[in-house]
Parts: sequence; structure tokens; C-alpha cells
Amino acid sequence: MLTDNNKIFHRKKILVMFLACTGILLFLFGRLIYLSVWKAEYYSQMATELHERERSIKAARGRILDRNGKVLADNKTVCTVSVIHNQIKDPEQVIKVLCEELDLSEEYVRARVEKYSSMERIRSNVDKALGDRIREYDLEGVKVDEDYKRYYPYSELASKVLGFTGSDNQGIIGLEVIYEEYLQGEPGKILTVTDAAGIEVEAAGERRIEPVAGSDLVISMDMNIQSYATQLAAQAMAAKQADSVSILVMNPQNGEMLAMVNVPEFDLNNPFELPEDMSANLTNEEQQNLLNSIWRNGCINDTYEPGSTFKIITAAAGLEEGVVTPNSTFSCPGFIMVDDRRIRCHKVAGHGSQDFIHATMNSCNPVFITVGLRLGVENYYKYFEQFGLKRKTGIDLPGEAGTIMHRMEDMGNVELATVSFGQSFQITPIQLLTTAASIVNGGNRITPHFGMQTLDEGGNVLETFTYPVTTDIVSDETSAIMREILERVVSEGSGKNGAVEGFSVGGKTATSQTLPRGSGRYIASFVGFAPAEDPQVMALAIVNNPQGTYYGGQVAAPIVRQLFENILPYLGIKEYNQENEQS
Amino acid sequence: MAAQRAARRKRKEQSEYFFDYSLLFIVLFLLGFGLVMIYSASSYEAYQSFHDQAYYLKRQLIAVIMGIVAMIAVANIPYHFWERFAFLGYLVSMAIIPLVLTPLGVESHNARRWIGIPVIGLNLQPAEVAKLGMILFLATMVCKMGKGVRTMKGFLFMVALPLPVAAEVYLITQNLSSAIIILGISVLMVFVASPDYRKFVIMGGAVAAVAALAVYLAVTGNGGQGFRSGRLIAWLDPESDSLGIGFQTMQALYAIGSGGIWGKGLGQSMQKLSFLPEAQNDMIFSVICEELGLFGAVAIILMFIMLLWRMMVIANNAPDLFGAMLVVGVMGHIAIQAILNIAVVTNTIPNTGISLPFISYGGSSVMFLLSEIGLVLSVARRIQLKEL
Repeated sequence: MLTDNNKIFHRKKILVMFLACTGILLFLFGRLIYLSVWKAEYYSQMATELHERERSIKAARGRILDRNGKVLADNKTVCTVSVIHNQIKDPEQVIKVLCEELDLSEEYVRARVEKYSSMERIRSNVDKALGDRIREYDLEGVKVDEDYKRYYPYSELASKVLGFTGSDNQGIIGLEVIYEEYLQGEPGKILTVTDAAGIEVEAAGERRIEPVAGSDLVISMDMNIQSYATQLAAQAMAAKQADSVSILVMNPQNGEMLAMVNVPEFDLNNPFELPEDMSANLTNEEQQNLLNSIWRNGCINDTYEPGSTFKIITAAAGLEEGVVTPNSTFSCPGFIMVDDRRIRCHKVAGHGSQDFIHATMNSCNPVFITVGLRLGVENYYKYFEQFGLKRKTGIDLPGEAGTIMHRMEDMGNVELATVSFGQSFQITPIQLLTTAASIVNGGNRITPHFGMQTLDEGGNVLETFTYPVTTDIVSDETSAIMREILERVVSEGSGKNGAVEGFSVGGKTATSQTLPRGSGRYIASFVGFAPAEDPQVMALAIVNNPQGTYYGGQVAAPIVRQLFENILPYLGIKEYNQENEQS
Repeated sequence: MAAQRAARRKRKEQSEYFFDYSLLFIVLFLLGFGLVMIYSASSYEAYQSFHDQAYYLKRQLIAVIMGIVAMIAVANIPYHFWERFAFLGYLVSMAIIPLVLTPLGVESHNARRWIGIPVIGLNLQPAEVAKLGMILFLATMVCKMGKGVRTMKGFLFMVALPLPVAAEVYLITQNLSSAIIILGISVLMVFVASPDYRKFVIMGGAVAAVAALAVYLAVTGNGGQGFRSGRLIAWLDPESDSLGIGFQTMQALYAIGSGGIWGKGLGQSMQKLSFLPEAQNDMIFSVICEELGLFGAVAIILMFIMLLWRMMVIANNAPDLFGAMLVVGVMGHIAIQAILNIAVVTNTIPNTGISLPFISYGGSSVMFLLSEIGLVLSVARRIQLKEL
């Protein structure tokens, strides 16, 4: 018997065993408290993530507005009409309605209605009004889902600047890419509770997280200037049978871009459409390459030899360094010997004796080579870098090309000489315009840009963008002299065709032969600004491969003149005689 | 005086012998609760697999009814009747385990641990037979050896007895947890039979040291990249491999964590929707935690403590050492399984498949457990109330 005294230890041991087991169970109880109280939130959140599947709801993409609030990129509500095979009760009625409303053939609709699949799309990008009408039929098994589609009211306007979006409303090129994070908004979610296999648990219902619309983006572009510049470029392209024409318009004081035209432009509402004569017999890759070339923004993505417009930079460097003054006199015999090389002036007979102002007006190569050589490689290189030419401009567009320049240690006098009048290296058009603007605006290297601010749905400013400015890349005096010299170029020199009656315009022409030399292909360009004393607007026109006359002064300068004739009054810039009357 | 007389009269009217209704009701409560939870935990899965929400419930119900019949039968047979089968039970255990390797063996969940009984169509887990057989055998041996258990030789002999069976369970059926349970039951029985403490403290220390070494080797990566070292790593940091070995553990923790204090309500578990493997089986406790919260879990733990307490009372008052040792064996069996199961679900120990007594789905398990309870009730019935 266990109750015997000598067996008392059995009782004790059984008690010890019971207490030990109870103790362990209580310890486990403590662990449970830890898990279900302290760690409850952590684990239940992880569990919820595990149980919920999400379907996303697209957010409305922010609009793009020009500086005056005109909508350049908008959203259109479109509908996608689909059928769900299992839910269709009256297939004949469904087929009839969809054929009539969507204007589709009966076989097409019947094939989709009768196809056994979870969901079959009948047609996407259906007008909202039509979608609503189909929804009103209240046909079982027909689903009309609303969706946003990007819509560009001016279709071709500034196509290479604005860019377009893809099927998921994501930016593909242009500003749509750079400002993606502001424009895209936050997609909403429909969260459905599912079992491990992803099957919906009906009793659990669903949770909805509403999408947040993207911010509107205000850009510095002026729709009117952009459209007028586009017209001018298209006219020039047609008249000169050029490959392409680009026009850049900028406020040289702060870098705001008022227009950026690259004709031929493309239709932003159908960006994937190839020109009819080109679409045949192309592989996918060839088609993509063709599209990429159509979408390419030559002002940003391509480099060229700037030619004589670059003399602005050489002149500014020479004046700043003191190796030349406006009154320095030079003699041009029609060529100059650099080391053993004979470099010709474009005027074979030579310009004879002239001061620096007239040399610039004449765009005399030997004079600028002389200035370059006086500076020497190291100094020239120093100013090249000081003016910001080695860096990208930082414009808010994707794919800006860098400068292609000799390395300093590889530069001899011949290279220096050619660089001095704008050859043997390459920069982008935006780089040239930005650098020239910085030289004439008092020496502040500005950052060219489009993005100004973002707005919420109520039009309140969310964020105002600021851009870096490097001050004193040239002195005020040099800048003033440059403005004066360039004004003379237009009023009396090679840029006469850029003159606008009643306004003081400064500028410089260029005619550069494209590589390889002797191909007969030229780029005619003109950079102009007004008013010459206090530049408020600056424009660069580039005509690529014009037929017939190819001189910048005759091909490109008139484009800028016509542009200025219209936009200077529009921008409220007064004619100088009006100003004189007032003062 | 009047009250005393009334009490005496009442006692006379009562049966001369004791019947432990408390124990019976605790067991019945656990069984009933288990059936509800099995239905809740398995209905979704059962419908997906068998198009019958009550598939698991029905099968378990049959096993429970058969188990209760066995329990009543065993409870009514004087327990000394079984003493003569002790050695036979040991031999049967040894013989029956290798049968899983014969064509009679049934494979399920990637493990060959069952024997199909041809006529009845039920599957039997030999490890359950071995547990019951070991309890009976050791209780008999303790009585036979008498004071011989107290010597070192006797102690070692007793400890060595279960080793062949445990080794068979581990090596043949690849069932580490059942082997551990068999060894654990044996050690507890020898512990109660022997007046000594020191040996057991040393033994416990040795086991702890081996476990610590195993963990150390697994963590430092010297222990081979086997199945079990992976389990040890998954135990220490289940999130590191939450889609692999740590998956089941993480799912259990999600269930416990999302149940919180009050639970989601009966039937509201999300984790049982195919997320938690073995929701109605080894992991049923986590479904209880998710649906009934901390309070449901506490209720179950308290029921087990009460069950152990009742068995302690019976063991302490057993008419002889054999009866006491039988009850101690059953008590050890239930205690070890409940503790290990809850410990696994809460990731307190590495994951290993152990079912929760009376509650988890599993026919053999519940039938043998009920037979063991029958033994305990049989011992309880021999307690003479006059003795108390």
C-alpha cells in the first residue's frame, strides 16, 4: 500500500512530478501571454498581410500645365468593357447590345462571349459616355471598368518635351519621366481576404484604400510661344527642305524654358504609330529603333559642332582674361598659320584690318584663333570649365548628352585654334544656349528648366522648384561688353537678318559643316536675345541640313527675327523708342 | 451529533468504492471540446479535399466512441488482470513496430508510421501501442524488483528497458517525438519508483547539456546540414526561413498573435484556411488560440492541470504500488504530450510532431489515451473510501 510509511517517498515523488509538470505548463502559459499580448500586433499584422490579396486602383495622374495654366497633358476617363462568361445569363442580348453600341462585328463579340474564360476583354479605351450607356443596360456578366488615359489636348505640341505615358500610366519619355514621382500619385487598393490558395473568402468582405491623385505640374513653357515657334520651325523645315529644325526659347535671367521645338514632332496621343510609309516590313527591333529616333529630343540628346556661335565663349574668355579688348586691332589676310597648318577664313580675300568688335561682326576666324592662342590651352580650358561647358546643364529632361571635348593634355595649338571658332568638339544645343545666356545675363550660370511648381487638386502650390545658379562665371563688365558687341553683330554685322524693328537684339550666327567634312551637309544656326541691354528672352534656332542657301545668317536668323517680332510685344517687352519716350 | 450521524448514513448509502467522476468529466470535456475544435479547424480543408466539411469530425467521432467503449471496458476490469500481459505487451510492441515496413504499413504525410488493419479499415500507430505497453511493463517491473530499484544496478536496468522500443520507434518509423515520449514516460516512472533524486538531477543535466551542444553545433554550422539541425535554426529564428522549415512555426505564431487576448471567435480562424499545415492535428492549439484567444488557451491548460491533479490524487491513494505506477505512467504520458505540444506551437522548443492529448485529430492516439484513462479509472475504483 502506498499509504504505508515506508512508501511515503512515492507520494512525495508523485507530487514533485505533478508540480514540475504544472510549473512547466504555467511557464508555457506565460509564453502564450507574451505571444498573444506583447507580440499580438506584430504577428497579427503579418498575418493580415498574408491573408489579403490586393487589386490596385489607378490614381489619376497629375496634369501638366503651361505657365499660364493651359492644360498640356490631361486625363481622360475611359472605360474597358469586358464579359465574364460564368455570369452571363442572356448571351444573345449581350452580343446584340455590345455589337450595336461598340460598333463591332457579331463574330468578334460572339467569339468572346462564348469563350470559356474568367474574364474576356471586349474593348478598351471606350468613351466614358458610351461606357455609362452600356452600364445602364445592366446586363449580367458585362463589366464596365473605368480607367484613366493620358490625353494631350494639343497632340503634337512639344511632344519631345512633354513625353507620354505607357499602358500603366507611367512616364516613358520627357517631363512625364522626370516628374514621375510628382505626377503618378498613389494607387489605391482593394484588399480581399483569401485562403492560402488565393480563393476569396466571401464572408470577409473587402477593404478599400482610396487612390491619391498625382500633383499637377506647372512648367515654364508658354503654350503660345511654343505653338508659334512650332509653326515657324515647320515653315522653315518645309521651305529649306531641312531634316529637322529646332527652336529653343529661354529666359536668360533664370533659365526658364519658354519653348522647345523639335520638328518633326509626333502625335502624343498615338506615340507608337509609325509613319505609314515606314511601318511595312520592319522587325520589332527596327520598329522600336525607329520610334526611338522619332521620340528623340535633338536639343538635349544630340551634340553638334556649334560653329561660330561658340565665338561668344571665346570672346568672353578673351575679354575676361584681358588678352583682348573691344578696341584691339587685328589684321586678317584670309587665313592664319597655326604651327604648320594654314586655317582659312570664310572670307578668302580676308577682312583686312579690323578691331575686335568688327571681327566679331564679321565672324572672322583668324581673329578668334588669335584670341584663343593668346589665351593658351590651359587658360582656354579653364574658362571652358568655368563657363560650365564640361558639365551637363542639368535641364529637367531625361537623357541629356554630355560635352565631347579634347582632353587638355591632348590639346595642341591646332586643336585650340579650331575650338576657338567652334569646331572639333561637340556640345548640345541646350548647352550652347545656356552658356551664351549666362555670359550675357551678367555672368550667372543658370540651370535651364521647365518644372516650376506642383499644385494640388485645388490649385494650391505644393512645391516650388529651385535650380542652382553659379554666379560670376564672367564679370559684369565682360558681360556688358559682350551684350554690346553682340548687339552690333545684329544691327550692323553678319546677324542683320535677326534684327527686329523697334527692338535692340543681340545675337550671333553660325554655319557649321557636319562631319564628315565635304559631305555638303550644314547646320545653320542663330542665337539671339532681346532687349540687348537687359536680355529678357533668348532664342536659338537650328536648321539641320538645309538645301540651297545654308548660311546661318540667312537661314536661321530670320526664324528668330520672326519669332521675336511676335513674342517680344506678347511678353510685354517695350520697343526702345517707347522706353525712351517714357524716360 | 445529528449532522455526524447524517454524514455517516450518507456514506453508508454511497458505494464502498470510489469512482473518480471529476477525472471522467474532465476527459469528456476535453474530448467534446476537441471535437468542436477539430470541426472548426478542419471543415474548410475537409470541404476542399473531400467535399465534406465534417469529414475529419466524423472519423474522429468514431474513434472517440470506440475509445470510450474501450475505456468503460478497461475501467471495469480489475487492473491486476493486465499484469500477466506485461511482458507480452513489451514483446508485441517490439514486434509490431517493424510491421510498418511490410505491405501492411501505411504511409501518410511523408512518413510510414501506421499499420492498416485489414478487416476494420482503421489505421493503427504502433507507437501508441508501445506507449501503453511500456507503461504496463514498467509498472510490473517496478513491483517485481521491489527494493532492487534503489540500487544503481536496478536503476540502470530500469532505464535500459525502454531503450530498445524507443530505438525502434526512432529508427524504423522515423518518429523522434514518440521515442522521446516513451523515454520520458519511463524516466518519470523510474523517478517515482526510486527514492533517489541525485541520479535524476544528473540525468536531467546531461540531457540539457546534450541539447545545448546540439543547438551550438547547429548554429555554428558544424552539425551537418541535416533535417534536424535545420529545425534547430528554424526554432531560434523562424523568420529566417519562413517559407521553408520555419513555415509551420511562423503560421502558428501568426495564429496565436492574431488571436490576441480575446480571440477572433469560434470558427473565425483565418490561419486554418490552408495557411496552417496540420491545423486539426499537431497545430490545433494555435487554432484554439486564434479563435478563443488567451482565455481559451488558459482554459485548456487549466483542464490539463486539473487532469494531472486528479491522477496524482488517484496515484497517491492507489491500493498498491502496481496501481500507483500505472497511474504515474499514464499521467506522465499525458503531461509530456500536452507540454511538448504547447511548447512546439509557441515555438518554445524546436518543431516536432506531437499531438495534443484528447483534442488533436488522430484515431489511434485518442483510442489508446482513453484506454489508459480506463486503467486509471480502474485503479481509482479500487481505492477504498474507508481508507481515506
